[in-house]
Amino acid sequence: MNDMRPLERIVDTDTVKISARNVQVHYGETHAIKDVDVDLEANTVTAFIGPSGCGKSSFLRCLNRMNDTIDICRVQGDILLDGEDIYDKRVDPVQLRAKVGMVFQKPNPFPKSIYDNIAYGPRIHGLARNKSELDEIVEKSLRRGAIWDEVKDRLDAPGTGLSGGQQQRLCIARAVATEPEVLLMDEPCSALDPIATAQVEELIDELRQNFSVVIVTHSMQQAARVSQKTAFFHLGHLVEHGETGEIFTNPRDPRTESYITGRIG
Amino acid sequence: MHHEEQHISKAFDRDLEAIQAQIMKMGGLVEAAIVDAAESLAMRDEDLAKKVVDGDKVIDELDFTVNEEAARTLAIRQPSAFDLRTVLSVIKISNNLERIGDYSKNMAKRTGVLVQMSPIEETGPAIRRMARAVEVMLKDALDAYVQRDPELAEDVRQRDLEVDQMYNSLFRNFLTYMMEDPRNITACMHLHFIAKNIERMGDHVTAIAEQVIYLSTGHIPEDPRPKGDRTAFETTGGH
Repeated sequence: MNDMRPLERIVDTDTVKISARNVQVHYGETHAIKDVDVDLEANTVTAFIGPSGCGKSSFLRCLNRMNDTIDICRVQGDILLDGEDIYDKRVDPVQLRAKVGMVFQKPNPFPKSIYDNIAYGPRIHGLARNKSELDEIVEKSLRRGAIWDEVKDRLDAPGTGLSGGQQQRLCIARAVATEPEVLLMDEPCSALDPIATAQVEELIDELRQNFSVVIVTHSMQQAARVSQKTAFFHLGHLVEHGETGEIFTNPRDPRTESYITGRIG
Repeated sequence: MHHEEQHISKAFDRDLEAIQAQIMKMGGLVEAAIVDAAESLAMRDEDLAKKVVDGDKVIDELDFTVNEEAARTLAIRQPSAFDLRTVLSVIKISNNLERIGDYSKNMAKRTGVLVQMSPIEETGPAIRRMARAVEVMLKDALDAYVQRDPELAEDVRQRDLEVDQMYNSLFRNFLTYMMEDPRNITACMHLHFIAKNIERMGDHVTAIAEQVIYLSTGHIPEDPRPKGDRTAFETTGGH
């Protein structure tokens, strides 16, 4: 029976991209993430959902060591990217973040031109040997960010002069410019109108061809629309992780059910 | 159970309750239609038959309302999980109830014709027993729905076999009557359609029971339910 489902909903790979085992996160005395075990697949959009303060953003930030920037934060357990421990002493967090890119809730373009916003990452990571290669990367990234047609005639204009939706797509283009393998998105659409949201969601679906995408969202409908896998967090625990359609029609855990159906749980 | 907790949005709870109240109202009317139609046939009561025919309009209107309310809920609330299954199941249950109502109406219409002919002995009570069995199944299926009881629903599903067997037995009786005396043919043809329609009602009740199982468990039962209708392979000369 399952074979009759529309093809694109089937995750066509079971290659594990990121594997987390027994992950604990403390902020000072606060135990924010408790015993999280999860495998995130390649070429798959995984949505993290859960009420505010449930730990989904904290866990997301573990995946590219953004928590390193917080002094009181302690991360324990194993997080493997393609089987390599990302918390190993030999791993350079800056190199890691080139492989595991991030897009934030609020669009945060650099106070530079549109061109330089995109070119910044490839420059510092030495991805282009000359100007024409850099031009190519900029164009390709802006096309991937579905914003090329809107900005191609004003690449020298400041990125901050774009509309909110355009700025967010610029940030996504910037994140993909370094050819990351994983893209982390922390509520990328919460500041966008429905049209810009739809454009970003369409973009996420296209990005899945090349990247693993992990998206934190407060919108159940968005999680249902864009992801193939959904993980539900509650009070620091990963309660349930499974195929998105299954989670939204027949969740196994009562806490998941209460949350996604808008009940007091 | 967890889905008996209230929604944060109380209007959502009220909407879901209102749709389900309409299903229960429809179910009550359809149960009465089955019983009345069979009673009108057994008692040769034309007035009661007419009441069943006229009453079908209300059932159709309720089906329309349920579908409209369900569509509205899908559009406005985007229900998920148990709520989604509730909305999907009311659409299907309403559709099945509406069809059972149609079959009852058809039975009552044929009663109007049959009362003009001389009765075929013993068939009225036999059809009434069969209709009664389906009506009890429907009542149990709707109880199972209200109580979210997949076990009772499965029991209903299994009981459809008995209705199929009653139909088989009537089918053979009608053949015998028709072979005995060709003047019985017109009446027996009508009676056979009635019996076949009641057998189909049983299938629709089974479909309702399957929706209850889907609603409660998230899965449609996959095992084939017992099939008792063998008349597709029946001949007159095979003795």
